[in-house]
Amino acid sequence: MVSANTELAYNSKIEGDVVVSRADAVINWLRSSSLWPMPMGLACCGIELMAVGASRFDIARFGAEVMRFSPRQSDCMIVAGTVTYKMAPHVRRIYDQMAAPKWVIAMGACASSGGMYRSYATLQGVDRILPVDVYVSGCPPRPEALLDALIKMQAKVKREPSARGLLVRA
Amino acid sequence: MATDIIATIIARFPGAAARASGDHPAVSVPAAAAPAVLQAVREEFGYDFLVDVTAVDWGLEAAVRFTVVWHLFSTVAHGYLRVTADCTDNAAPAMASAVPLWPTANWHERETFDLLGITFTGHPDLRRILMWEGYPYHPLRKDFPLAGIEVPLHDPEIAAETGITLIAAPMAGGPFVASPGEMNLTEAEPRAKDESWNEASAKPTA
Repeated sequence: MVSANTELAYNSKIEGDVVVSRADAVINWLRSSSLWPMPMGLACCGIELMAVGASRFDIARFGAEVMRFSPRQSDCMIVAGTVTYKMAPHVRRIYDQMAAPKWVIAMGACASSGGMYRSYATLQGVDRILPVDVYVSGCPPRPEALLDALIKMQAKVKREPSARGLLVRA
Repeated sequence: MATDIIATIIARFPGAAARASGDHPAVSVPAAAAPAVLQAVREEFGYDFLVDVTAVDWGLEAAVRFTVVWHLFSTVAHGYLRVTADCTDNAAPAMASAVPLWPTANWHERETFDLLGITFTGHPDLRRILMWEGYPYHPLRKDFPLAGIEVPLHDPEIAAETGITLIAAPMAGGPFVASPGEMNLTEAEPRAKDESWNEASAKPTA
């Protein structure tokens, strides 16, 4: 006789150690929950970035507390500050050294658009050399603004079709 | 003390003249006499501390275009002294280096060379200090626009990868272009009127 299953929740005794989900959901959950930042602190925004990492604002609440100073180990470059033309090739080179998948946050007015530096020495927006995912306004932005950008970044990562590329040999 | 030293320099070095100054005593000397004057005030009058080396660009039409300025301080008498010398050549301005007297002149002279194009003869390592090697202009000269002049990016590999050049920055409506009452600053900032990129006109990619 077959009895009705009255278990409404997941029961590991019946179903075993199996969770059914979509590959995209699992991969994106892993990626978005531990975005390791590459702190590209170039000016005063770098100070706010340090505040975001410290105890009061605590970026660890969002899984991004592991500031990696090696581009090989980081997922998300946070360009915090004024990018001069002298520095621009180095920023791009560091971005090139990051392993895919990788994302970029342009933090503050200078990184987003050149800011108040309308001059011969300043790159007019880091998006001229990098594919920026999230822009943060402010001069410098409040730490909350960067945390908001990180949450938006996570939401964007969660929308990506990340499993599709896994089955295709490049 | 201050007037004494000006009078002494004028008496000892022919061609030296007192220079109008709003604050500290100042003297103008011929370029050829500048090293001797600096050595004399350092060793005989106690002006042992070199505060700053810079230069003035008087503009394209000026008979004497470039003037090098030394700011000195005496740790003995606690007073400042300003010494200036006109560069004799407007096209290729040059001046004797003060590095043999004050090692701190090294970076000051590199900055003056970088931004104003004054060649300091006798400098041990006269390279650019702020702009990169190979930049073709001297940005603080009067004939250089604040926005800059379009030149290729100095890293050819990155230039090929990103396809960007150094563009002239958008100026009108920017924060350093003051035109009160002419525009709504909320609309003007941070965009510029004529060279800006926004939803209507795309940002230049190269």
